[in-house]
Amino acid sequence: METLVGIVAAATALIGAIAAVTHRNAVVGVLFLVLNLVSLAVFYVLLSAPFIAALQVILYAGAIMVLFLFIIMLLDLRREEERESGLLQKVLSVIGGGVFFLLLWGAATGGAAPAAAELPEHFGSVESIAVALFTTYLIPFETISVLLLVAMVGAVLLTRKGGR
Amino acid sequence: MTFAAVLETLIKIGVVFFVALTAVAYLTLAERKISGWIQDRIGPNRVGPWGLLQPLADGIKFMMKEEVVPSYAHRPIYMAAPALLLISALSALAIIPFGDRLSLGGYEVRLAIADVNIGILFFLAMSSVGVYGIVLAGWSSNNKYAMLGGLRASAQMISYELGLGLSLIGVLMVSGSLRLSQIVEQQGSFSSWNVWSQPLGFLIFMVSAFAETNRLPFDLAEAETELVAGYHTEYSAIKFSMFYMAEYVNMITASALMATLFFGGWQLPFPAEAAGVEGNHLALLQILCFLIKTGFFLFVFIWVRWTLPRFRYDQLMHLGWKVLLPLALLNLIWVGIGVAWGWF
Repeated sequence: METLVGIVAAATALIGAIAAVTHRNAVVGVLFLVLNLVSLAVFYVLLSAPFIAALQVILYAGAIMVLFLFIIMLLDLRREEERESGLLQKVLSVIGGGVFFLLLWGAATGGAAPAAAELPEHFGSVESIAVALFTTYLIPFETISVLLLVAMVGAVLLTRKGGR
Repeated sequence: MTFAAVLETLIKIGVVFFVALTAVAYLTLAERKISGWIQDRIGPNRVGPWGLLQPLADGIKFMMKEEVVPSYAHRPIYMAAPALLLISALSALAIIPFGDRLSLGGYEVRLAIADVNIGILFFLAMSSVGVYGIVLAGWSSNNKYAMLGGLRASAQMISYELGLGLSLIGVLMVSGSLRLSQIVEQQGSFSSWNVWSQPLGFLIFMVSAFAETNRLPFDLAEAETELVAGYHTEYSAIKFSMFYMAEYVNMITASALMATLFFGGWQLPFPAEAAGVEGNHLALLQILCFLIKTGFFLFVFIWVRWTLPRFRYDQLMHLGWKVLLPLALLNLIWVGIGVAWGWF
């Protein structure tokens, strides 16, 4: 059962990722990216991390991608579809993709997969994540919160009309 | 998962969908009847006694009508958008506990489709996926009114998700769990219903839920005096009815959540012993209690729609960001103090 769900999710994630890059229409591309993100959420559920899965859907598939969609819809990128990329761009993207593929290949084949360990009790539950965030990782957690707040205030300040 | 568990879940899904979709059909009738009553009219009374067969007639009409697809619409997305909206709306129903447990010949049935650990987050996830249905419907119709309606709806839903989420945190702080069945169990007695300890939180949740479901006074997305019909302007026949169904299913989910999170869910308003029944009879009484609470909030949804005028768009954004958000933070501080001092 879990294997079957995993295979289906992997297939949709792959289809989503490939179509997101190759589709000529940017809006459809964004939708395939959303499909990819939702399929990844299924993996998190299979890996006994339902909380992360919910956050993946709420934050990435929900909030962030809707904003992407907004921008693309409002810019009306139809003319972009016909634009040809230059030779340099093509060569660079092939090199970049190749290096990334080699890295992935090395990670996938190098070193044996760790044996499946028994999960600790309450693994991946909201409670255990909350306890970890507010005890072991309290300082990094708070630092990131402050960082995000600063970024947010900065963004608001930049978009203000008549600002400096 | 054993075969029995899979079968049990499938049956529960079937029952909940059947009840929800029937309720949707009769909510449309209730909407028209109550609006008639509020406006001192009679309302539909031609089809069957008291118009009781009206939903059936409407359903047949929706299926038989000609379907018009605009020639410049983006066809695949245009087709998928209403389905996406309805699927996400129906999925959100899965987490709602509508009763405690029923024993059928020694087999215990928990009365919720999926009593998951992340409970309420699942609802938020589904509602954020539902936004896509609306935005895409607006975009793919290739119509300026639809586009504006879609943009408005999504901006509104994203803005009010904040107030909704923050008002939920108060409930989570008191119950210490995202699991809805645990939230209900913690509200065991009448005096421990969350609405008494955090009335402000309930108010914020209710207002945000109205905005999330795009109902009046927040129906800016389909404001007929400005936008024809907003994001579903170009839809006809069964696809139009899918938008309608999604709206009503969202109303049911929101009402059920209000009952569950703030009014004790399926808990009776008096001690269970005082009811004088036990076992399955008690369980049925609890289901009835849950349905009455949910029904009441559905009535409030309709009542408000036919009583209040629509907000202006800037008023809507002002209310969401500058009123509800600070109030929700205030509610959080209040609940925090209450939990720290052990008041509730």
